[in-house]
Amino acid sequence: MTNSENIDPAIAATAERGVIAQFARRKLALFGLFLVLLTLGAAIFAPWLTAFDPNEQMFDGLTLQGAPMPPGGPFTLGTDLLGRDLLTRILYGARTSLIIGVAANGLALLIGTIVGVTAGYFRGWIGSALMRLTDLMMAFPALLLAICLAAIFQPSLWIVALVIAIVYWVQTARVLYAETASLSEREFIAAERTIGASHMRILLKHILPHLVPTIIVWGTLGISTTVLLEATLSFLGVGVQPPTPSWGNIIFENQTYFQAAPWLVFFPGLAIVCLALAFNLVGDALREILDPTQRGRD
Amino acid sequence: MNGEKTNLFGALVPKSATFTGPVLRVDGLSISVNTESGLKPLVHELSFDLHRGETLAIAGESGSGKSLTSLAIMGLLPPPAVRVTGGSIHFGELELTALGEYALRQIRGNRIAMIFQEPMTSLNPVMKIGTQLSEAICAHEAISFKEARVRALEALKSVRLSEPEKRLNQFPHELSGGMRQRVMIAMAIALKPDILIADEPTTALDVTVQREVLDLLRDLQHEMGTALILITHDMGVVAEMADRVLVMKGGHFVEENDVVSLFANPQQAYTSDLLEAVPSLGDGSGIARAYKPDDDTLVAELEKVVVHFDVRSGVLGRVTHRVHAVENVSLSIRKGEIFSLVGESGCGKSTIAKSMVGLVKHSGRIRINGHDISAPHGKMTNQVRRDVQMVFQDPMASLDPRMRVGELVREPLVIHGVGNPSEQKKQVGYLFERVGLSRDQVERYPHEFSGGQRQRICIARALALNPKLIIADESVSALDVTVQAKVLELLKELVSELGVSFLFISHDMAVVENISDRVGVMYLGQIVEMGNCEQIFGSPRHSYTKKLISAVPTPDPSRERQSLARLVGDIPSAVRPINETVPHVVLNNIGNGHMIATEDSFT
Repeated sequence: MTNSENIDPAIAATAERGVIAQFARRKLALFGLFLVLLTLGAAIFAPWLTAFDPNEQMFDGLTLQGAPMPPGGPFTLGTDLLGRDLLTRILYGARTSLIIGVAANGLALLIGTIVGVTAGYFRGWIGSALMRLTDLMMAFPALLLAICLAAIFQPSLWIVALVIAIVYWVQTARVLYAETASLSEREFIAAERTIGASHMRILLKHILPHLVPTIIVWGTLGISTTVLLEATLSFLGVGVQPPTPSWGNIIFENQTYFQAAPWLVFFPGLAIVCLALAFNLVGDALREILDPTQRGRD
Repeated sequence: MNGEKTNLFGALVPKSATFTGPVLRVDGLSISVNTESGLKPLVHELSFDLHRGETLAIAGESGSGKSLTSLAIMGLLPPPAVRVTGGSIHFGELELTALGEYALRQIRGNRIAMIFQEPMTSLNPVMKIGTQLSEAICAHEAISFKEARVRALEALKSVRLSEPEKRLNQFPHELSGGMRQRVMIAMAIALKPDILIADEPTTALDVTVQREVLDLLRDLQHEMGTALILITHDMGVVAEMADRVLVMKGGHFVEENDVVSLFANPQQAYTSDLLEAVPSLGDGSGIARAYKPDDDTLVAELEKVVVHFDVRSGVLGRVTHRVHAVENVSLSIRKGEIFSLVGESGCGKSTIAKSMVGLVKHSGRIRINGHDISAPHGKMTNQVRRDVQMVFQDPMASLDPRMRVGELVREPLVIHGVGNPSEQKKQVGYLFERVGLSRDQVERYPHEFSGGQRQRICIARALALNPKLIIADESVSALDVTVQAKVLELLKELVSELGVSFLFISHDMAVVENISDRVGVMYLGQIVEMGNCEQIFGSPRHSYTKKLISAVPTPDPSRERQSLARLVGDIPSAVRPINETVPHVVLNNIGNGHMIATEDSFT
């Protein structure tokens, strides 16, 4: 019996290795982490990284005809329509985007997880009530809701984050509801109940760990979505208020001049793509590492 | 339009070839999987011949490569990782391993057909039976859809499906498991193939249904002269069906012989091990028991237990039907006893188990070790939970794949606050050794163990709280026979050493006979016969018990195959309209605790 299957020593070895060591072996994940840290660094050290003020409209930031300066010369990435340094605005904009991406998205994930898991595990009338609420939120135009909320509260960065979270938790809740519902039917959950495990214990120790991959994937995907949602809100005037820069409102401020000054849309766009990609790479790696059943397979 | 094919490969694949010599010749076949550490062989230089009208059984336990061999013949090995790395497969004059996908498609289904284990997953759930059958026929013969439908009907008739015209317009989910497997067989034989490969065709079916399907396969083979390759792990099925047997283990050829000689005189040690491990039906008398159940202490008493599930339908979601899963079941289990519930799928045996651990609501009364757990008078407390533990059918599914096995076994101790962490760890180590694992395996995850080892882990977890009663719900059904025999041995040891009682739930009559002290036979939610092993297996009285026992395949090819009275139809449904009640059977004691239901109260 014990000799009927010999355990591959390689599997046992990987099982012992820590999360950090495993992470370090993945080159793509390290690259993603590097990009995340780069953005974080840019956000924190923005004042030291650039000689300009993000909101200063410089006279020599515009050509004699009043057009923005192209990249190169004294302004590395060029200037915008009002003669502000684009690099400086992108560096400061990283603050806004990270706060929105991490705070708003994190809050949305938290609400979504609590609602989805509770509804999926208990079902019954609690589940129905929560899911009907989710359906209602889904049916309501998200942008309209965001505009209403933003109009009621005085627009500020944190209010925008809150508004985005309120709009965005719905998808997470839906997905996690379906997954929790199917997990609760699995035999090992029944096995836990027969040994007398409490609901709290089952939820925290046996259901949540299985949802981690989904939460991470939704979390990383959500970062790009929320950054864009913030951009949309800013564009409509109910998001981050000018002149505070955010990657989204830089794009929207300048999109009409896309043909004349493509760098104004290209560089902040690139920043959004890089940040989303970076979080995706890190998230993917974490998902694989945190799943013990994947160990020894790569 | 019958006869020669007119397509590109018409010349290659004549419909009515006359084979001189074997229909299929497999020569030195090797199959390997491409892993990062290079090619890993799965099947090693396998050779065999298959002749016209013959049944060749390929027998072996899981991982023996028997299914891969059949997939290789069909050209269905999962690409790109697994492929044929050596040898040849000759189908008549054709070398199958050299053929491209297009040419293989002409042969597949048409000349070589296959039946899979799980009929539900091999049928398309959104297509009507008739359409699926006609489509399969149209794929190989240039006939109109209408003609194909006529052929489909003929095929359904030939597999003796009741009301074949109606079946054509039904969806797979409207049929029972046995009927679905008949449809699969109809699809396979509709084109009169030269070779029929049946991969565990009856493993997912109930024993009485298995009997019908096996009889059908045998009859069809006699009528059509098809060569049959039967892949199975069940030596009973081998003995009943095969002309010749090929035994495989771990991808290697072990032994090939005609069926009578193989069973009478196995040449290889593995073959005799395999044959010895097969539980076989005797008369229930010859099993020595080293322990005696304690007559005075009852660890579980069930009194008139009823479990119903409501079926809601309609716009208002009103309860219109009810599943009568368990009806009026009374039984008791003594200390140190193995009590078995046996019956076919849907008879309610698992529902009883679930109600005893509080997973489903019941009415009536259940007492565990004297504590009433039935509402409204009693309830399932943590104290009672310590007394009754459960071991499920699929050990992989019942262990949380994200936790280390040591933690899983320790969990009951943590939940019930038994001892401090270091004492708990010591206890886990002891439990691991008790069930035949080693202490240093506690840090591993469930997927790193084999099926039998995982079931041992589940047993260790069930033992952690020193329960009075362990419910084993089909706990050995998913295991290979040699592993199954060892796990059963472990259960018996636990009973005699720890005095724990078992409620053993199984569909396998032979296993039940080999392990039980007393047996209850269930049919449609009710117990129809109950008694000790000698009474049930030695002198069964109820017609359903007799039917169950006679349907079990016997691993003895020399035994005369008794022709059964053909069982008509399927087991009636336990779903009834809301206002309909189920007639309760009356159990009469006919001496020494042998209870049987009067037959007329049971219609």
